[in-house]
Amino acid sequence: MPQIRFFAERCKGCGLCVLVCPQRIIAMSEELNELGNPFAGLTEPARCTYCATCGRMCPDLAIEIEDDSPSADNSTSSE
Amino acid sequence: MEFHRPRTLKNVLTHYCPGCGHGIVHRLVAEAIDELGIRERTIGTAPVGCAVLFYNYFDCDIIECAHGRPPAVATGMKRMLPDRIIFTYQGDGDLAAIGTTETIHAANRGENITVIFVNNAIYGMTGGQMAPTTIKGQWSTTTPEGRGKHGEGGPIRICEMLSALDGPSYLERVAVSSPKDILRAKKAVKKAFEKQIAGKGFSLVEVLSMCPTDWKLTPAQAVDFVNEKMKAVFPLGVFRDR
Amino acid sequence: MAEKVLFKGNELLVEAAIEAGCRFYAGYPITPQNEVPERMSWRMPQAGGVFIQAESEIAAINMIFGASAAGARCMTSSSSPGISLKQEGISYIAAAELPCVIVNMQRGGPGLGNIRAAQGDYFQAVKGGGHGDYRLIVLTPATLQELYDLTLNAFDYADYYRNPVMILGDGILGQMAEPAEKHPYHPILDLPPKDYILDGCKGRNSRVVRTLFLHPADGLMKHNLHLQEKYARIQRELSLVEQYQTDDAEVIIAAYGISGRAAKGAVKAARREGIKAGLIRPLCVWPFPSDVYRRAAERAKSFLVVEMSHGQFVEDVKLAIECRRPVAFLGKGGGWYPSQEEIVEQIRRLANEKSKPSTARGKR
Repeated sequence: MPQIRFFAERCKGCGLCVLVCPQRIIAMSEELNELGNPFAGLTEPARCTYCATCGRMCPDLAIEIEDDSPSADNSTSSE
Repeated sequence: MEFHRPRTLKNVLTHYCPGCGHGIVHRLVAEAIDELGIRERTIGTAPVGCAVLFYNYFDCDIIECAHGRPPAVATGMKRMLPDRIIFTYQGDGDLAAIGTTETIHAANRGENITVIFVNNAIYGMTGGQMAPTTIKGQWSTTTPEGRGKHGEGGPIRICEMLSALDGPSYLERVAVSSPKDILRAKKAVKKAFEKQIAGKGFSLVEVLSMCPTDWKLTPAQAVDFVNEKMKAVFPLGVFRDR
Repeated sequence: MAEKVLFKGNELLVEAAIEAGCRFYAGYPITPQNEVPERMSWRMPQAGGVFIQAESEIAAINMIFGASAAGARCMTSSSSPGISLKQEGISYIAAAELPCVIVNMQRGGPGLGNIRAAQGDYFQAVKGGGHGDYRLIVLTPATLQELYDLTLNAFDYADYYRNPVMILGDGILGQMAEPAEKHPYHPILDLPPKDYILDGCKGRNSRVVRTLFLHPADGLMKHNLHLQEKYARIQRELSLVEQYQTDDAEVIIAAYGISGRAAKGAVKAARREGIKAGLIRPLCVWPFPSDVYRRAAERAKSFLVVEMSHGQFVEDVKLAIECRRPVAFLGKGGGWYPSQEEIVEQIRRLANEKSKPSTARGKR
């Protein structure tokens, strides 16, 4: 199963992901992250199709999708 | 479906404002570099403007240039290192105002470099002054009555202007204001690098991008501004492909 | 083996640069240095290098910025108004500590001026020109042999110190022809590896060449201290000066570059009249050979500064001797020059003055 991850600590709260999600299942949090921003998250994770539209629109690399398959993790590790 | 931070981008938070288009364009450039497998032989130039700290985000060799001079600096690098991939990343003030000369002549020489031109119709870093690409009637801190009332002229259309020259191999205007636009922009950026790899000469992608902060709009309104106002003045499309 | 050649200065400069391994040249035509880009346009391709006629002086210096960051030995040349345009780029190159050679075949100024030889860009070359605290190494040849030799050395100084080097010539030096020995290039310094260049990060961490230091807040202050330490080291290590008939000289002429030639002729003429005149002629005006002038001030009675401007170099001479002796000045600007006879007249006047014992002390 793929997994979508929203990195709250990277989110600047611009809400562009909310705007473009075809399933309309992203919303901004009530609370604030360490940067002082509301952050994006899924309201109905089960309905996510992992299309990555939100990730493409996100200017801050705050959304990633991972796959279960063993060959998956090749680009997330930092230096 | 896998979706990750591109290898060419460092795992750091950018200084860009919420909803700024630079982060999206950074990703597209980095993805193109990754997909073409050229990170270790790519040298980028950092501009003066909001993307001045570009070198903090890209994990490839970077040279930071004086305002407007990246095409000249890139020319010096490319001529000495013809097998390396040299790209500039420039804003509208950098490329279309103070560096117009360098832009036109690098294009005219058919210099085999790739130019990523981020057009957000405003001077972001200095706080929202008029850009050469500010559209007619647009408010800025130096056009308080809207551009065009006091002899400021109109927006410069770089792709149209450069398409009058023989030198460029590839000119395309794209946007990053919708998922569909971003997909098209991604193809354009990659193609621009491919032109350089193939030795075709000067390639430039103009990217219409959002600046919510200096436009005094919300990120959602900024997207609408690009889609409704900017695209009307700066038509998207391929202006040169050979 | 050295080959004796007869070239114009501008042409010889090109030959010297190519001999020294310069493989990138970008420039923009301006009189009186047009022979440089013209000759470069065919000599560079012959040598396997790159010639670019840039769209402007600004573009040319920025092409040099890029070529130097890519590891090339590189050069640009111009004349006074064009050098003014290059100042932005020179400041960046100095800040980024990139080596390059910049040639100024000076002409009359200010403004568009004229196309005659002048020395009015001394301040610009030696005191800054661009923004910020930086220094250029400034070489001042007076003969075509010196032009050839100093051009070879200029590339070594640039690489050794990672600093831009300016050859400060003038229209006469560029346009005149005289024989010179075109000897082969051998490095005069133990050149460090270029471990800062950008050529793609294969097998290493990515690198940045930059001149912006925003964070931490004292980052730029520290970078400036680093630069100042380097400049202090250059000042300790580099001194190029000709001392002619100075051992017993009572009147010391201070002149550099092409005025140094007329000054030398004047010293010879004065000596024929029995006047103990001598010449201290820097071949490098930054670093300035202050100690040589200071030592000379211990025995000489007076100094005469001769230059083709209305008084720029003279300030460094005064600073060097710290007001120990009176300093007379003979300068002409606007593309004109003090003649040998005018210099001799001044030497005579100073020689006579010094027989009146009060003068030197009175001006202390």
